[in-house]
Amino acid sequence: MEVTTKSMPYEDWKDNEYIESLVSELKASGTNVIVGSLDKLINWGRSNSLWPLTFATSCCGIEFIALGAARYDMARFGWEVARSSPRQADFMMVAGTIVHRMAPAVRRLYDQLAEPKYVIACGGCAVSGGPFKNSYHVLKGVGEILPVDVYCPGCPPRPEAMIYAIMQLSRKVKIEKFFGGVNRKESRKEFLKNHPVSETTN
Amino acid sequence: MANIQETIAGQFPEVEFAQGETLELNVPDAKWHDLAASLKEAFGFDNLRALIGMDWGEQLGIVCYLVNSKTYEMIRVKVLADNREEPFLHSVTDLFAVAGIYEREVFDFYGIKFIGNPDMRHLFLRNDWVGYPFRKDYDTNPELNPVRLNHEETQDTTVEYVEGPDGKIHTVEHAIFAPDDFVVNIGPQHPATHGVLRLRTAVEGETIKKIDLYLGYIHRGIEKLCEGLTYPQTIHFTDRLDYLGALMNSHCLCMCIEKAMQLEVPRRAQVIRCIMDELMRLNSHLLAMGTFCMDLGATTMLFYALRERETILDILEKTTGARMTFNYNCIGGVRQDIAEDFVSDVKKLLEIMPKAIKEYNKVFTGNIIAKNRMEGVGVLSPEAAVDYNVTGPAARSAGWNYDVRRAQPYGIYPELQFDVVTRTEGDSMARFKARITEMEQSCRIIAQLIDNIPDGEICAKVPKVIKLPEGHWFQEVETGKGAFGCYIESTGTTSPWRMKFNSPCFCLAGVVDHLTRGQKIADLITIGGTLDYIVPDIDR
Repeated sequence: MEVTTKSMPYEDWKDNEYIESLVSELKASGTNVIVGSLDKLINWGRSNSLWPLTFATSCCGIEFIALGAARYDMARFGWEVARSSPRQADFMMVAGTIVHRMAPAVRRLYDQLAEPKYVIACGGCAVSGGPFKNSYHVLKGVGEILPVDVYCPGCPPRPEAMIYAIMQLSRKVKIEKFFGGVNRKESRKEFLKNHPVSETTN
Repeated sequence: MANIQETIAGQFPEVEFAQGETLELNVPDAKWHDLAASLKEAFGFDNLRALIGMDWGEQLGIVCYLVNSKTYEMIRVKVLADNREEPFLHSVTDLFAVAGIYEREVFDFYGIKFIGNPDMRHLFLRNDWVGYPFRKDYDTNPELNPVRLNHEETQDTTVEYVEGPDGKIHTVEHAIFAPDDFVVNIGPQHPATHGVLRLRTAVEGETIKKIDLYLGYIHRGIEKLCEGLTYPQTIHFTDRLDYLGALMNSHCLCMCIEKAMQLEVPRRAQVIRCIMDELMRLNSHLLAMGTFCMDLGATTMLFYALRERETILDILEKTTGARMTFNYNCIGGVRQDIAEDFVSDVKKLLEIMPKAIKEYNKVFTGNIIAKNRMEGVGVLSPEAAVDYNVTGPAARSAGWNYDVRRAQPYGIYPELQFDVVTRTEGDSMARFKARITEMEQSCRIIAQLIDNIPDGEICAKVPKVIKLPEGHWFQEVETGKGAFGCYIESTGTTSPWRMKFNSPCFCLAGVVDHLTRGQKIADLITIGGTLDYIVPDIDR
């Protein structure tokens, strides 16, 4: 099965092995015809209308604005409805450095996102801490506190790179099982179990 | 200057003098407040430009730069704390409003407590942070300060250190808000704060009573990181402070290092730097305008502004290879020669800018809704601008005619003709209009230079290993937001002992409370947008 998005030839993706391994994992567990068809329908709808949460801490956020403006125009892909409330968003583009003081707030935003939810770590800082890796106050990647679906490197990534990252995400959404037994969701549960939010004040 | 020295020496016999870039005063803590008052009253040094915390290894202390708001003279004062365990200094909050927030920063990073500052809480770091990270003996063990996922306790009281008549210091507790205040939390994740800024806002109905500012949601510890890097390695951080003034910031740091090395920058590099600075200023003002208008609900303006911004980014990208974090300035000049069609591209830009500016004014400035939202909102007086160390378009639109390009000229700016855009209203509309006029002036500067880029080297010859002599240097440039300063203290090695980025946005954030009191809560967005602070520049 060739998983791709609109107007992007399958050969042009850089990491097809990864998506193929996901596909074979999906096929291995087998599925009912009706549920499988429903999955396809739901995933088709979801993957073409991913709504991002307006969330940016630094430089990458400016490129995210450029992505929304006329030149790069993410509306072409169905992602233009950037929501300010996490309750209405599908995925969170962590654009920028995440520091110690911000970490609980980021985690809360993630917890507030409605299921199904995804995370893109956008830019060097969110991927690994980037140039600020050695700082006393910077997280070495948002992967420390959130389960990340797509990593998008760059400092900041060009809007084209961001488009590629969100397309990758929509490709991952396409091969998800909506009704139970979804490979991705299982690993996420485990992640959240290992990274509990301790006693909450405020 | 000699006159100042004589008078001060008469008044304060304890003060030691030195002559560096500016007149340098070395004063014991007991006389610091009196000296500051005397400098302000008698000599007109009414603008506290920078208050820099320092750890000299054995002693902690502060370095202050004071500016005379009329003659633009600068003076440096150094104050030492007497011990490391329980360091105390006297606060100058009652003389300079901006000192309140500066001193909190020093307390946060160095643990120096200021006697008389009414608010001695953490500013950038969490309340439960262990240690003072900028001290040289700070324990970096990650187990002391792990990534905590619980929310920190919000403090409702703050502490003030007061000196009794017997010289003993005791603490006084203050409530931040009155008991029956209705407090709304805005941020850190809010689409209109232009980044991660948190404001606890006390409101009465729709009217703002007080704003309590929380910073540090993007505090990356850049200054501390610089202490472990060599000089050329530090330059790229400046691009990531105020990413809309990237080239101007790195210009500042490079000039500061060049000044210390006594390096002559080739004329061609100077001209290129100047053009790049002005392109960057256009870029900064365009984005500020676009996002501000979007915050007010005029989304169309964002698209108009970004259209021109993309044109500028194209020009910059062709030469530097990046859209935002350019890393283009280097010690001694610039890294790359300008692209082949740089000159023709810039000329095209100069052709479209006047038309575009006309369009912005037609679409937005004269609009009745825009007028109602901006006129008379958030009025800043020139005295408050000086007091809160507000610089840049915000200060000039309030009537303080201060522009670093004229006040402390650098690069080739003295040769250029441009007007310092000054207005008198001081409200949001004035700040908005001032930016548009400044864009015209930037175009005017570029037009003077674009046909006159001289031939020659783009970078001076620099040694492979760059060592600065022992000493300290302070350099400022005018960025799109205001006076950006760079302070280096060197002990003669390849990396700085202390590097401080004195950011204009920090002071702009400090004035928000003053400007918003008595305004409506919706005006907070207007005021924040027209002040145009960039949060990573506030937090560093």
